[in-house]
Amino acid sequence: MSGTGTESRGGLEISALRVEFDGFTAVDGVDLSVAPGDLRFLIGPNGAGKTTLVDAVTGLARATGSVRFEGAELLGRPVHRIARAGVGRTFQTATVFENLTVLQNLDIAAGAGRSAATLLRRRKGVPEAVAEALETIGLTALRERPAGVLAHGQKQWLEIGMLLVQNVRLLLLDEPVAGMSHEERDATGALLHRIAGERTVVVIEHDMDFLRSYARTVSVLHAGRVLSEGTVDEVRADPAVQEVYLGTAEDAAAVAGAEAVTGA
Amino acid sequence: MTLTAPPPPAAPPEPARARRLLPAAGPRRTLAAFALGAVLLFAVAPLALTDFRLGLLAKYLCTAIVAVGVCLAWGRGGLLTLGQGVFFGLGGYAMAMHLKLADAGPGNLPDFMVLYGTTDTLPWWWVPFANPVFALAATVLLPMGVAALLGSLIFRRRVRGAYFALLSQALTAAFAIWLVGQQATTGGTNGLTDIQGFFGYALDDPANQRMVYFVIALVLLALIALARQLIHSRYGELLVAVRDSEERVRFLGYDPARVKLVVYVVAAGMAGLAGALFVPAVGIISPALIGIVPSIELVIGAAVGGRASLLGAVLGALAVAWAKTALSEEFPAAWTYFQGLLFVVVVAFLPGGLASLARTVRARLARRRTGADEDGAEQKEAAV
Repeated sequence: MSGTGTESRGGLEISALRVEFDGFTAVDGVDLSVAPGDLRFLIGPNGAGKTTLVDAVTGLARATGSVRFEGAELLGRPVHRIARAGVGRTFQTATVFENLTVLQNLDIAAGAGRSAATLLRRRKGVPEAVAEALETIGLTALRERPAGVLAHGQKQWLEIGMLLVQNVRLLLLDEPVAGMSHEERDATGALLHRIAGERTVVVIEHDMDFLRSYARTVSVLHAGRVLSEGTVDEVRADPAVQEVYLGTAEDAAAVAGAEAVTGA
Repeated sequence: MTLTAPPPPAAPPEPARARRLLPAAGPRRTLAAFALGAVLLFAVAPLALTDFRLGLLAKYLCTAIVAVGVCLAWGRGGLLTLGQGVFFGLGGYAMAMHLKLADAGPGNLPDFMVLYGTTDTLPWWWVPFANPVFALAATVLLPMGVAALLGSLIFRRRVRGAYFALLSQALTAAFAIWLVGQQATTGGTNGLTDIQGFFGYALDDPANQRMVYFVIALVLLALIALARQLIHSRYGELLVAVRDSEERVRFLGYDPARVKLVVYVVAAGMAGLAGALFVPAVGIISPALIGIVPSIELVIGAAVGGRASLLGAVLGALAVAWAKTALSEEFPAAWTYFQGLLFVVVVAFLPGGLASLARTVRARLARRRTGADEDGAEQKEAAV
């Protein structure tokens, strides 16, 4: 059902993107293109503008420049229109509807195009797309649980499942494995690999082990600009990246991450 | 998503109480509840109560009809509508205008206009209310139309939470003040009083008063059924999602403003209908019945009983309305203070209302026992 024709059209094309808050430039002229089906990791020191970039793409932050997905301009559209154009995201803290069951969460995510008549009726059984997503994210057995009682990792998977049933063709995931156990990380990585290909996936991540294991391509952001781009090895070999992470970076917190990139 | 690769390992199932949500109460249980309600309202109450008390009950049931809407808008949708008086008033005035015109007879002015003597022709906006069909439709459609207009302005600008509550309260105050200022055409502070007939039936006849009571009870049951359907529909699930995380719903491709608008308009229609039925039951509609304090009263019952539970909201509204009569007979001055206190206590300590009392206590005990931090679905589910 999904993925048809995405190859012929463009993936995500960002050009000259700028986001300013009260005179502070969080994103300063980013050019970025992600091919359809790619699994792209966005890394960079704190304050590099990664989350702001995702905010701009999804309509949460006001931006100038251009963001095109499958050829259509996204900037200037309201959030829910961008979502309907096939762009979905998660947040750093999992936001599922805690008072609703796993099944209800997914059913709502699947239903943005439903007619008023469908909305006013009860849900009968489990829609096929929802059943598939339940299998994919491994929560079939827990489908009647309120989402509020799920473990942290399960909530993240539920969020990803919601994007799947929503049938987005571009997933923007903000630190999906933060706070997860090693086992959960591996499961999540495998899940992302299964999803990418049919869909385009962009992951903001700090965890360098996770990046090395699962990224196909990497973009490094620094001070609101794209510093480097390529495969994991290419990026690690880039002197500019090494400099930012080791030497002159104003952000001390980045050093830890830097060791993981360059060292190892 | 056609992949069937092994899913990520699900963490071991939660030990102990899996606290499953009840599947929507079985149809048999629901039918039994409705049958019980019908027996109480149509057989027990008329037999057990004097005509005077039955008249009071009719008035309380009007409050309960408003509470059904409050349960939807506030309990399910998170909209603290402190301004239901506007819609109650619109419905009430629409009905009262028609009844006043019918009392006066064709071609005559309503008595208060003659009394104040400022005009000898009927104001243009009174004219269509002489038509019973128009007036009846207006009791529901007028409040719904006003709510649609206000709501689309309010929700599109993302006014929510306490700001929404304050705004709705300000609107009801403004409406009451406007009514007072238009003495010549609305009866001013007195409102529209001394209503004699109800579509050809004399209201001072106890038999007809009973009939009015039965109509109100029937409408209440019908609206509970309608609200129940809404709550259990996909829309009802979506509404809870908007209440709990509006931003997330937006990222799923919905426009939360429209979701909220629907429930706001439905609740307004219910309040309007309640206002319309209040007029034959009590014989008056006036600004004092729809201002800020009465608007809070309309919400407080739902809060006490449990705003997210239909049954809780309805019973709470009945109980608070009854308590008001009982207490203000004894201590006329104390009621307002008591009402305020009740509201604060419930909102602060028992947000799910009395309907959630058992569950809250059980959850507290369980948490103390296990020390678990799981406090998840404390209330919110369950209805009728």
